Amino acid sequence: MAEQLLSVGIDVGTSTTQLVFSRLLLEDMASAFSVPRVAIADKEVIYRSDVYFTPLLSERVIDHLALRTLIEKEYDRAGVRPEAVDTGAVIITGETARKENAAEVLNALSGLAGDFVVATAGADLEGIIAAKGAGLDQFTKEHGVTGVNVDIGGGTSNFAVFAQGEVIDTGCLDIGGRLLKIDNASGRITYIMPKIRRLIEAHGLAIDVGDDASAEKLLPLAQLMAEMLCRSVGLLPANEESLYLETNKGLRQTKDITHISFSGGVADYIYMEHTTDDWFRYGDIGILLAHAIKESPLCREFTVIKGRETIGATVVGAGNHTVNVSGSTISYSSDLFPLKNLPIIKFAAAEEDRLAELLPEKIAYYPEQIAAIGLGGRASPTFHDVIRYAEAIEAGLADYPTARYPVVIVLKEDMAMVLGQTLLSRNPHWQLVCLDGVLVENGDYIDIGKPVFDGTILPVVIKTIVFNQ
Amino acid sequence: MDEQQLKNLVEKMIHQMLEQKDGSLSQPKTIIGSCALDEGCLDDITTIDLKQQLLVDNPVNAQGYLAMKAKTPARLGIGRAGSRYKTITALRVRADHAAAQDSVFSDVSEEFVQRNHFVAVQTLCENKDDYLTRPDKGRKFSPETAETIKKCYPRGVKVIVMVGDGLSSAAIEANVEDCIPAIKQGLKLEGIELGDILFVKYCRVGAMDDVGEMTDAEVICLLVGERPGLVTAESMSAYLAYKPRLGIAEAKRNVISNIHKGGTNAVEAGAHIAKLISRMLKEKASGVDLK
Repeated sequence: MAEQLLSVGIDVGTSTTQLVFSRLLLEDMASAFSVPRVAIADKEVIYRSDVYFTPLLSERVIDHLALRTLIEKEYDRAGVRPEAVDTGAVIITGETARKENAAEVLNALSGLAGDFVVATAGADLEGIIAAKGAGLDQFTKEHGVTGVNVDIGGGTSNFAVFAQGEVIDTGCLDIGGRLLKIDNASGRITYIMPKIRRLIEAHGLAIDVGDDASAEKLLPLAQLMAEMLCRSVGLLPANEESLYLETNKGLRQTKDITHISFSGGVADYIYMEHTTDDWFRYGDIGILLAHAIKESPLCREFTVIKGRETIGATVVGAGNHTVNVSGSTISYSSDLFPLKNLPIIKFAAAEEDRLAELLPEKIAYYPEQIAAIGLGGRASPTFHDVIRYAEAIEAGLADYPTARYPVVIVLKEDMAMVLGQTLLSRNPHWQLVCLDGVLVENGDYIDIGKPVFDGTILPVVIKTIVFNQ
Repeated sequence: MDEQQLKNLVEKMIHQMLEQKDGSLSQPKTIIGSCALDEGCLDDITTIDLKQQLLVDNPVNAQGYLAMKAKTPARLGIGRAGSRYKTITALRVRADHAAAQDSVFSDVSEEFVQRNHFVAVQTLCENKDDYLTRPDKGRKFSPETAETIKKCYPRGVKVIVMVGDGLSSAAIEANVEDCIPAIKQGLKLEGIELGDILFVKYCRVGAMDDVGEMTDAEVICLLVGERPGLVTAESMSAYLAYKPRLGIAEAKRNVISNIHKGGTNAVEAGAHIAKLISRMLKEKASGVDLK
């Protein structure tokens, strides 16, 4: 038995916008003689859009009408109706996420792109998605190493550190290919992002808007930008400048990094063997930055891996790697889906014994909304353990409006079906969603889609907004 | 080589061996350790989680190896002493083998059967040897036993859950007490009440067919101990069939195997079994007929 999901990925970046459609193949991986274990067995990109420049009305406002038209055109070309899309993600990345109307744009696009398409922005998630798109998660898992992916776009560089296939840290720096722009007709510098301007001034470089651009003139700046990346991944100590350039936060878990991969538009020029002399082909400092990175310790001290995707890493990551599936033995009382943007209330292992006592306080952080209770659970619980969990959850939810809101429980260990049945047999009036096989942390948000695979599993998307490790 | 030379050689070898023994005599304290002799017990080596035990000396990437080991119960990364297993591995294989044999040759305790209020019956087998050598007898009941079973259930009862020792009594004692309450609870949610639970000594899977003949039950679920292996001696299976009869095709059965701590845990298996039973009742089918 197999089933397919059609997934869309849309990446609205600082400089470019792309779209992919992917086919995710769901299959029961267990033998016919076991409890089912449905997993995503294969992911295949079936349509790739052109790479467009992101339409902007001004430096601060995205032209969301033009963007919508562009996306609609791509749906048309791919022959995909929005209703046919099962899942996926629209992600506004890099500097674009800080545009004034980013939220508005997300809303407009998410409506267009099907019922269970996640709309999101955020440097942490972006870094993770790009690294997965580039295939770093798989590489570090297969080789048992720790590596960092640097996704260098137009406005930001997103880092994600993976150890043995698991993400352990993320960070983001305001370093990108389009932070300094050049008018190709006149050959003059037309834009310098304020943070970069400060870097220029601090080092006494003679670079300003209106100046003639040349490789000799801009190379020291590109080298300086590469140096900032070295400081971020721990090859050089952090300094005031590198801290100043951090978008939201830098990396902390850098000591075990041995491998590096690059993605984003700048990456193509890092991997390119020959240097070009058409430095300002794209009207920005990107190619020069790639050159500086290639000559920097980043490519000498670490083993460089060529990612599966470069400029397409984020969009492929969004299309292929955002959705996951729950365990195959779960409980839900009725079709409440999709449930979107549920904040996770996570309990540490030690706190699970005091669930009844701690739950009311934690759930009160999210008044008048559905929250998802995140638990580790037990690997091989006794029936009494299950009853104890049920009793604690009931006691903890005494003040939660179970008449109006569903109870959502997200477990790591395989016990959701029995816990769900226990809760429902004791509280027949509850609307309940109890799923397992999903690892969540405090600060995450979860989206839960409509049941698939004959109703046995639920597609889920975990949105790591703040990466706290 | 003449006889004298041979004698000399043997003498020399014996001498060397004795010398070695003498040499090692000065160290036993550190080898045996304080626990073993002072407190009169040995550490139970079967409590070591093999998935977390890496015996390779100086591994290049211990973390990566352990990540791999976490995915399989196979004895990977056991290192070696010369061309052989290390002592701990050799002992552990023997201990696991012993546990497997024990679980076949021991019985589910009477205390366990009573504590769970099972209705205890026995197939035509008279003892373990009979059971192991005569599979046919392990699928049938005597007329007297049939009467006992018939008395337990109204004819055409919806569901019977029965427990059989099968080839692992340890599996039954380890899983049944968590599995059955989960089945009961799951069935109750579907509006089905479960009656008495049968316990069948010397039970083969086919015994459920004979029970099907006697009771005309709609669905029978047999929880039975699996033939043990070196990974676990506590693995249980659930065999389910819609209206089982003597001689039904094996393809008409559903089986959920590998119910144990390292496989599907007993409670989650129970919840799943309850769902499966209610589906069988709705669709009036089982095995390959159940879509």
